[in-house]
Amino acid sequence: MKDSGPSSRRQLLRMSAAVGGGLLARPDRPRAAEDMPSELGAPLGPYGDRSPFEKAVRWRRDTKTPQTGSSFTPLEDSVGTLTPSSLHYERHHSGIPTIDPSRHRLLIHGMVERPLSLSMADIRRLPSVSRIFVLECGGNSGSEWAAKTAPDVQRSHGLASCSEWNGVPLSLVLTEARIRSGAAWVIAEGADACRMERSIPLPKAMDDILLAYGQNGEALRPAQGYPLRLIIPGWEGNANVKWLHSLKLADQPYMARDETAKYTDLMPDGKARLFSYQMEAKSVITFPSGGQTLSSPGLYELTGLAWSGHGRIERVEITTDGGRNWAKALLQEPRLPIAFTRFRLPWRFDGREAVIASRATDESGYVQPTRDALIAVRGTNSAYHYNAIKLWKVHADGTVTNVEV
Amino acid sequence: MVKPSAMVLLAAAVLAAQSAKYGVGRPPTEDEIRGLGLAIAPDGTGLPEGSGTPVAGREVFAALCSRCHADKGEGGIGPPLVGGQGTLATAKPLKTVGSFWPYATTVWDYVNRAMPFDQPGLLKPPQVYAVVAYILNLNGIIGSDQVIDAKSLPKVKMPNRDGFVPDPRPDVGNKTRAKR
Repeated sequence: MKDSGPSSRRQLLRMSAAVGGGLLARPDRPRAAEDMPSELGAPLGPYGDRSPFEKAVRWRRDTKTPQTGSSFTPLEDSVGTLTPSSLHYERHHSGIPTIDPSRHRLLIHGMVERPLSLSMADIRRLPSVSRIFVLECGGNSGSEWAAKTAPDVQRSHGLASCSEWNGVPLSLVLTEARIRSGAAWVIAEGADACRMERSIPLPKAMDDILLAYGQNGEALRPAQGYPLRLIIPGWEGNANVKWLHSLKLADQPYMARDETAKYTDLMPDGKARLFSYQMEAKSVITFPSGGQTLSSPGLYELTGLAWSGHGRIERVEITTDGGRNWAKALLQEPRLPIAFTRFRLPWRFDGREAVIASRATDESGYVQPTRDALIAVRGTNSAYHYNAIKLWKVHADGTVTNVEV
Repeated sequence: MVKPSAMVLLAAAVLAAQSAKYGVGRPPTEDEIRGLGLAIAPDGTGLPEGSGTPVAGREVFAALCSRCHADKGEGGIGPPLVGGQGTLATAKPLKTVGSFWPYATTVWDYVNRAMPFDQPGLLKPPQVYAVVAYILNLNGIIGSDQVIDAKSLPKVKMPNRDGFVPDPRPDVGNKTRAKR
């Protein structure tokens, strides 16, 4: 090796440069490797973001005051059955408060032997449970009562989302306060500017209601009631009071504005249904749905979501011929009670116009009604608790619209 | 609505075996109960001292409420508070305090807890009594010189007090039960 020295090292460098240049010049080299050597990716981070290529966002209807209104979950972009906390629907009546959990307390008073003031640390000391539940606004699909219904599934059904909720059974905390004989209602109040108030029958409070502080593995989001809210399985969202700071035991319902003037269902005879908390079985096809386009005829997988405030989804049927024939869809397991259940069915789009819809049946035997059947009983001014079958029209060119355009 | 008799039985059943097993928390202070216990019952439970008349309420309304609800409660950025009586069974129902709200105590509770929209909690009890009296008078429910206080407010008979019925659902779905 007597020739080893600076000159041979230079030779070696020249040679490797030639090799590198040759590699770069190779026409069959995959495009991803163009910028050799590879660039490092982004550094690790303390709190994750989604890919910048993902664009699904909540849709918000314009209101005269930005602190009130609703934002809708993009159900057409959802996969599986859980809703990311960041895309969970919102319905606020006076904005989202900023609450320091170290200063937040829950007051339990009224008809109890042992009035209590609990800190968040107190509540977190108690035995906790985790449950997956759908939450649906009582006004979800309110657009569908009208002659011209919503153009896409986000706007027609997006006031429903499904999360894992973590917290303490309300019954445990009420028992700690020792309910007095004669108490029959719990009056819940929130710490938002309007101090949202709802009356809840005591039997439901002692059955399955959660005092929730967690959602999808972390603390509740501010928009979902941070640091504490009620989760009332199967009942309209409004009763699930957010930013909860007071529970008063009483012998009567308090007839709050949001359970009399609002969230009551006006019938054609001018009478309104009071305390209509329950959400009934419902389903909707999310693909293909309004605003989407099938690129060509061929095989597709129809998919969507079904849920019921009364328990598990037992069956979902799908029609692709406007309701003449129905086929059983495949239900994704596990089917949890009062939670989103994903359904699927392969379908061959033959390039001809097709009207498609889904129909859910829950474990109580309740079958999701048609829009005509619902309106025949309730008219079109009841505003809340719309759960009828939703029809989409797939046009010959593959575009999809709501039927009542 | 759950039947009162069933409610009492169910409530009695849940009273069994109650003890302070975990012993967390502390007794609330009187201030905490006063500060958070805003809820007013239909029988007037929770109403504070004070009183107001429609005449006094007109001034408060003009200063704080009319910018959203208009001078006589016709509505603007905020919803209308008057009118609509006789429309509930028509194709275009107008739900207002006068045509729809079943309890006058609810008006007091809501004005006190949630109004004015951008400054809830601003009004003192006599101002709330006065504004509520003014809104009731605009709807022709009370006279313009009637004094509204904790005793008289629960006795005000709202026009739509009997306009509510229990929830009868399921009312539709089972009639369309799918063929197997």
